[in-house]
Amino acid sequence: MSADINVKSLKKNAFRVSKHRGETASRVRIPGGLINAKSMVRITEIAEKYGNGSIFITNRQGVEIPGISLEDIDAVNKELQLCIDEAHINQEERDKGFPASGTRNVVACPGARLCPFGCYDTTAFAQKMEDQIFPNNRHFKVAFTGCSNDCAKVRMDDFGIMGMTEPQYDPDRCIGCGQCVDYCKIRSVGALKMVGGKVIRDTDKCIGCGVCVTYCPTRAWTRSKEHYFRVTLLGRTGKKNPRLAEDFMKWADEETVMKIVKNAYAFVEEYIDPNAYESKEHVGYIVDRTGFDEFYKWIMKDVTPNEKCEVNNRLYWGGKHYDVSNNIKPVGVNDIR
Amino acid sequence: MGYVVSKEAFDQVLQKLGEKYRLYAPVRKVGEGRFTDTDVVRYDFVNRLEDMELDAKSDYAFKEILTPLSQTLFFFTEGETKEADMDISDAIVFLRACDLHAVKSLDDIYLRNRFEDPFYKKIREHIKFALIGCASSFENCFCVDMGTNVAPDDYIFSIDAAGDQVKSAVCSDEVAEIFESISAKKEDVTPAHVTENPVHVEIPDQIPNSIFKSDIWDEYSSRCIGCGRCNIVCPTCTCFTMQDTFYSENGKVGERRRVAASCMINGYTNVAGGGQYRKSQGERMRFKVLHKISDHKKRFGHNMCVGCGRCDDVCPEYIKFSNIINKVDNAVEEEGR
Repeated sequence: MSADINVKSLKKNAFRVSKHRGETASRVRIPGGLINAKSMVRITEIAEKYGNGSIFITNRQGVEIPGISLEDIDAVNKELQLCIDEAHINQEERDKGFPASGTRNVVACPGARLCPFGCYDTTAFAQKMEDQIFPNNRHFKVAFTGCSNDCAKVRMDDFGIMGMTEPQYDPDRCIGCGQCVDYCKIRSVGALKMVGGKVIRDTDKCIGCGVCVTYCPTRAWTRSKEHYFRVTLLGRTGKKNPRLAEDFMKWADEETVMKIVKNAYAFVEEYIDPNAYESKEHVGYIVDRTGFDEFYKWIMKDVTPNEKCEVNNRLYWGGKHYDVSNNIKPVGVNDIR
Repeated sequence: MGYVVSKEAFDQVLQKLGEKYRLYAPVRKVGEGRFTDTDVVRYDFVNRLEDMELDAKSDYAFKEILTPLSQTLFFFTEGETKEADMDISDAIVFLRACDLHAVKSLDDIYLRNRFEDPFYKKIREHIKFALIGCASSFENCFCVDMGTNVAPDDYIFSIDAAGDQVKSAVCSDEVAEIFESISAKKEDVTPAHVTENPVHVEIPDQIPNSIFKSDIWDEYSSRCIGCGRCNIVCPTCTCFTMQDTFYSENGKVGERRRVAASCMINGYTNVAGGGQYRKSQGERMRFKVLHKISDHKKRFGHNMCVGCGRCDDVCPEYIKFSNIINKVDNAVEEEGR
């Protein structure tokens, strides 16, 4: 006997409609990718009791519990309450599971809690962001990465936030060993050079990765007291026009970052295609229609960037345009003769 | 002779000392550590007890006041030179027993190694020492086996802070007068010192030259990255190199500096013609270790290493100097069999 279930509500309740009739998968949010062991045990229990005993680790640091019968959704939602409470996820009604799924799990690399290169506490910022933007049914992808290595691959997201530190130099502690210059060249962008036994930093070239600080043996290089961020906009995967995000801001502070992400929701409410299939349109494709200038106006509303912040108000994206052409041809067609 | 005073009263003592001396002590520099949101404990000038970090081992040693990391010796222009002004006002350096032993090695090298170094001497003549008692051993300390756990006598007073009180053994009339002037309570005070470390070393009395050929050094050629942090934090490393630099705006004018050097950093043994005496990190490690536990002793009668363990605290590759000492001991023992 087939269940009579509103599939649209089911999806918004963070359950995936499986290809196996009568089955669903529970999509558990883990903001910042950090979950406590207690919640992990609960997920395991749900998988064993209601699912098929397996747990899928998603690309956005959540988990999916597959093989759940549609009939068990209410029971699973009750069991999920512990995970929701432990992760402090905003919820409209207790025991009813996750209240939305459009705004995706906020991703973070391990960041400064673990990683020697991390320039800020990515987990904490991701959790703070989650608190501000979730629940919301608009399709938003926000990701945090600790440094310019971008291990969290935030350039594939709508909003990518990369940590930056502004290296502070004390020439009196510098012995001219040259390790910062060498490592900046090898591991970063080569923004340092040795002049007369001391180091000159090309402030335009410097990406604020902090490699010089990490390798300095004397503490001649230290990190700025302030944590700064590079913000990249509107990267995406997908069928039509996958592309990497472009740089929007650098040396932004936390408040600025928070505001522009929140502002983007109002832009989407204003401009989303009312006839969009399943009322779902990615923010990047909306910007493709409105032009970046309009988007800029909306996200910068009431934003006074911190003094150090540099903003790019002309953004152009590249990427593949499969909707225009697919230039891979059968072997032989494109050969140069 | 000694005194027991409240912390507030001790600050009065420091204030009075401060009228005549600069006070140089370990200080916690918040956020100035290598990694994001980490601190570094290094030496700086202080005014009050609470400015000092007495609960941790300093990451960097006191030696920076005696042998600055970077020191301009003189300026030159065409036919003339002028010695750089030096701040040589009287100072009291607060340090632990091991470090006070280390002063001997610094003096050996700069005052008793056939020549007197005038720059060192000028500063050294204005330095007095105050002993920081060690209530317990820190990680990686091996002072007991190095015989440096009890301080030599050349300190003017000691400081042991516990609870709301400071206990000071006083060995100088000048300091005693200050304590008397605030009517401090007299008591017999012995500075705290440790009698047991978690780390133990055995140093062979005689180390034969055959140790050069031992394979114990080989692993360090791949493990050691040659960053030189061990040398920079070491209280007894004294090596420096010279920098002659010509100001870019006017190539006829410039300065000569000496800066700290490290026998572990590539380039240390470079000579004219492209020669390099110790090429591999294993060879460099051998040189460093034998200097610390054998060669210095041959010339000056005591080991250079004081067992502070800072090199082990700082090594990014988790190389343990104390363990190398024991490897040398084993190798010598095996050969003797």
